[in-house]
Amino acid sequence: MNTSLISDSVNPRLAQKISNFSWPLLALVAILSGIGVLALYSVAGGAMEPWALTQFYRLCAGFSLMLVVALIPLRFWYFCVVPIFFFAIILLALSLIYGVSVKGAQRWLEFGPLRIQPSEMVKLALVMALAAYYQNLDNKNISRLLYVMIPALIVAVPSLLVAMQPDLGTAILIVTGGSIMMFLSGIHLAYFGALLVILVISLALIFISRGTSWQMLSDYQFNRVDTFLNPSIDPFGTGYHITQSKIAIGSGGLEGRGFLQGTQSQLNFLPEKHTDFVFTTLAEEFGLIWCVILLGFYAAIIFYCTMSALRSNNRFGSLLALGVGSTLFLNVAANVAMISGLIPVVGVPLPLISYGGSSLMVIMFGFGLVQCVNVHSRKG
Amino acid sequence: MYTWLPEDKFGRHQLNRRALVLGIAQGTIFSVIIGRLRYLQVTESEKLAGLADLNRINLRVIIPERGLIYDRNGTLLAENQKLFRIILVQEETNDPNLTIDQLGQILPLTPKQKLAALEKIHDSRQDVPVVIVEEASWEQIARVSANAPALPGVRAEVGERRHYPMGSNAVHVIGYVGKVSSEDLVTPKVRDPLLQVPDFRVGRSGIEKSLDHVLRGRAGNQRIEVNAYGRVMRELGSIGAQHGTNQQLTIDSSQQQFAMARLGDHRASAVVMNIKTGDVISLASTPAFDPNPFVSGITQVEFDQIRNDQGKPMFNRSIQGTYPPGSTFKMITALAALEEGLIAPDEEVNCQGSIDISGRNFHCWKFGGHGNIDLHSSLRESCDVYYYNLAERVPLEKLAAVARRFGLGVRPELPMAGIEKGYFPTRESKLEIHNRPWSIGDMLNTSIGQGDVLATALQLTIMTARLASGLNVQPRLVLSENGKQASFRPFSSIGISESSLELVRNGMNAAVNHVTGTAFRSRTADESFLIAGKTGTSQVRTISQRERETGLISNEDLPLNQRDHALFCCYAPIGNPVFATAVIVENGGTGSIVAAPIARDLLMRAHYGGVPSLRMYPPEERDEVKRIFLNLNLPLSPKITPQENRPTVSLKA
Repeated sequence: MNTSLISDSVNPRLAQKISNFSWPLLALVAILSGIGVLALYSVAGGAMEPWALTQFYRLCAGFSLMLVVALIPLRFWYFCVVPIFFFAIILLALSLIYGVSVKGAQRWLEFGPLRIQPSEMVKLALVMALAAYYQNLDNKNISRLLYVMIPALIVAVPSLLVAMQPDLGTAILIVTGGSIMMFLSGIHLAYFGALLVILVISLALIFISRGTSWQMLSDYQFNRVDTFLNPSIDPFGTGYHITQSKIAIGSGGLEGRGFLQGTQSQLNFLPEKHTDFVFTTLAEEFGLIWCVILLGFYAAIIFYCTMSALRSNNRFGSLLALGVGSTLFLNVAANVAMISGLIPVVGVPLPLISYGGSSLMVIMFGFGLVQCVNVHSRKG
Repeated sequence: MYTWLPEDKFGRHQLNRRALVLGIAQGTIFSVIIGRLRYLQVTESEKLAGLADLNRINLRVIIPERGLIYDRNGTLLAENQKLFRIILVQEETNDPNLTIDQLGQILPLTPKQKLAALEKIHDSRQDVPVVIVEEASWEQIARVSANAPALPGVRAEVGERRHYPMGSNAVHVIGYVGKVSSEDLVTPKVRDPLLQVPDFRVGRSGIEKSLDHVLRGRAGNQRIEVNAYGRVMRELGSIGAQHGTNQQLTIDSSQQQFAMARLGDHRASAVVMNIKTGDVISLASTPAFDPNPFVSGITQVEFDQIRNDQGKPMFNRSIQGTYPPGSTFKMITALAALEEGLIAPDEEVNCQGSIDISGRNFHCWKFGGHGNIDLHSSLRESCDVYYYNLAERVPLEKLAAVARRFGLGVRPELPMAGIEKGYFPTRESKLEIHNRPWSIGDMLNTSIGQGDVLATALQLTIMTARLASGLNVQPRLVLSENGKQASFRPFSSIGISESSLELVRNGMNAAVNHVTGTAFRSRTADESFLIAGKTGTSQVRTISQRERETGLISNEDLPLNQRDHALFCCYAPIGNPVFATAVIVENGGTGSIVAAPIARDLLMRAHYGGVPSLRMYPPEERDEVKRIFLNLNLPLSPKITPQENRPTVSLKA
């Protein structure tokens, strides 16, 4: 057995690489992307402008990115983790200083015509960082306090930065994503028990702080929680989103109102209908049947990500594939739970379908990494 | 440090286990989400779909056009003027203050107008549009349209406003429309959505009020689909509004105008009626007021000015003002006695100027008395003692029955609000009101139309028409509705013998045309249009014995509200009566001097169809008539041909 740095890694020839591709995964991503373009065509009132066409071009770019990422040796990405992670953190910090404010939160960074959302990039960067960290950690050290504190810090830095935007929803998603990675790596379950206790205490503190001088959340965040608990408090204010979204989903019924027939979206009663609330349009026009099918596609993607993880012969690849899958899961679950009124409104786009370049490129990069894991795994 | 870990060392089994746990957790969460979607899309679907429809479907009330009101010749008495108004739909603006501010800069609005608008917004419900500018100019409309994006919720709208071309001259007939009051919203049995429309107007008085139900029309509605910004996307269906019906009145606007002018500065009322048809040709009451400011919303100052006016311009004297009929009632007493056979026409009564009955002295108006008087001369010269004599013979019940037949104490049936029924006393009412039993003195007072008897000008006109025709003449005010002629039922007989009536008519004829008649100066010089009538001067105060001894205080020396009411009722032409009128001048003085000339002019105006020519007056009266007409700014027309049978103009439906 060769002990050189690269010898353990499989680096097959190009033809071999392509045949190693997870074709079902590729197909599923393509199908969901197509549905996304269709949805954007519908919310524009049956027009390619202004969203569907742009999204299509972005998808072309995204697929190219995915293929390129997939064909590059996995070890290359392993060694790129540190610069990528710090790059994402720096962008996030910059967005806090120079960011463009949207609805009270600084989430966007503008480079000329390009607007990027560093909080989306950081989700994947964190997955890569943690996967690399555990690849590099000896098994016997995994549950030792010091080696738990290091990844905890890796999770804490970006999530705190995002929380300062302030975008609590995304911060919680980042913390949850990081926790899942640490859980997968095999650290002792007692840590999760401790985390749970801390969580309960801090939640209690947050709500006690309301209205005091040391209030820990902005007023708008409290309002969101209030309107989540009772949307009828303010049906034309903050509660409007939830109320209109629920009306749209419900009026879709089992079979939907038909393509381009959704009155809620076609008549603009839906807010953010091309971005965070795009699922609502699909629910209204295609009904419960297609909602379940759509969620089935996402579940299938997550399943193939998991399969890729199981095929991988190293921890980095496994954790990476599982991390991408669970990031996808968290975004989809949070988005659909939000628009159907299960959880408070958080600014989470629906992966592959919502209009928006940052989240699309990031998730495509992620799928590229998953394919990369497949490509560089041993056969069988 | 930073290296690949050998693959056999990375704990594959543990990772597989935890991946499985994660997968199960993910599956569970997805199931919960699908359960939630199922709840929304199946269990709650119907309810939420209904809410989606509520979102998109707006029901708009289509306001019907209010029925027009014409006079008998097709002249408009009440019309609808188009006007542009600027409204604010509160639901469509996020910040009404800001929108009003911007609108204020664009239009522009004065700070006072802005304040008023904001107050209105504050006071009305979210979903009710608020009128910001009631009457906008073209330029303002153009400015609003050009700045539409900056003015969310602001719209220009075409509205309608009632306008009364005759102004104060017809207000007591037509009435006016005004804002919906809170009572209007409570009282009706059927809820009319129109009442909820902001700035909708309903009839407040006169014809506008009494015929409001047909003039108003029925609201239509339009179901429209709107988007989230309230913009209309398409119409889903509509039911048209049913316009109010057009009403053609029996009123002749030029006669009405003449009557108002002729009453001049008096506090007076006068009704002119066609005896053959019952058509009310003019119904005048002075002073009057212009109803037009009431439509757009009168200011408190203007309203107080009208309300506090000593002449009570809002009081419709012709149908609401009840007065003692005085001597104009004598025909009724005479008829009651004749019909009961209690007096022969040629039986003479000696008038010494007063009569003693059960210890009380009852006076005739003529100091020194009339001497020997029969029925004919009693009417001609209006002797009171003659009627005191009749009062001793006629029982109250018989008198009341005849009075009733002539419409006294009976509410006239006209489509107008607030018509008074006057009053005729009974034994019971005397006890009830005055706490005294009915006495012979009361009977005497009643016989000459004093005491408790009260009547309106309209009632006296009806009485005169019935006397003249012997028929149960019923007044009417509506000639046609939407071009369809109102049905006319020939009048039945009044049930009084023609011989008795003829005796009374002859007396009325003599009162005007005989040289000793009380109204001799108010006769005409037109042989084909001679007037028969009866004067009346009803007392407002009690004259004491002491005053009689020292000499009566003349009307001019009394305070206005203690002066006598001047009355005159008459019909013409003698032989084939066509027009009847009654004129009451409140505190006007003597009937023969004040009321009779007015009544004469009104009948002549109705007969000739224009201001009567001076040739039709007796030569010695012409200077006086000319003076009056010039004073009242009435044109003197040299030649007017009689237009008695002028057809009414038919209106298109």
